[in-house]
Amino acid sequence: MELLERFAAGDVDAFETLFRQYQGEVYRWLMRIVRNTAVAEDLTVETFWRMHRAHARFDPSKGNCGAWLRRIATNAAIDHLRHSRREVPLPEDLPATAQQPPAEQLELRREILRAMDKLSPRIRAVVLLALVEEQPYQRIAEALGISESAVKLRVFRGVRILRKTLSEAGVHP
Amino acid sequence: MKEPEIDDLKKLLKDSLPPTQGAELQRDLWPAMLQRLDQRTMRVPWWDWALLATLAAALCFFPGIIPVLLYQL
Repeated sequence: MELLERFAAGDVDAFETLFRQYQGEVYRWLMRIVRNTAVAEDLTVETFWRMHRAHARFDPSKGNCGAWLRRIATNAAIDHLRHSRREVPLPEDLPATAQQPPAEQLELRREILRAMDKLSPRIRAVVLLALVEEQPYQRIAEALGISESAVKLRVFRGVRILRKTLSEAGVHP
Repeated sequence: MKEPEIDDLKKLLKDSLPPTQGAELQRDLWPAMLQRLDQRTMRVPWWDWALLATLAAALCFFPGIIPVLLYQL
């Protein structure tokens, strides 16, 4: 039996094989949205947990496991952004550059993080994926379960809100 | 909104929030996954507790049903 069929039938060994095969890819996708290593690790486990719970609903004949996982991961990341919205602003624990940025650049960065925090989780995820990570619209659409034109609309809305918030803070992109 | 306006903002965002390219997973998460799966096995669903509480309350208020229950068991 094929790996995906065995997984759909509830075989834990098949699940482990898929986990090991896709954990890196899922983690990188989540990092693009949450930008924090610890959170991305937790959400990777959460993604596979949701995948495991839904194994009976997975149709091996349709078969793109990577796309299915990206969709689950995106939903998990958006749920996380929704719940952590009022507690912490967009985290940033990516490796620092060798040179420490000057104070005004740090201030600008802070303003941008603040502006990003004003976006709804769904729009924030799209803005990060499309504008910062430059992921193709089609891939983002697939991960969110929406059309490409809906992705473009969210980017448009996100840009409008960001420009307005940044202008109010005295930053003119 | 024009494309250049989006491009200006994109540049500003990318300068402030560097893309995560190269952010690789530093450890195997399978042990954490196994732990999560075990937690699920050990957890008692809330409705089981509710059922138990209902049964306990029924036994307290209507002790007459105890022999019926014992007969059923």
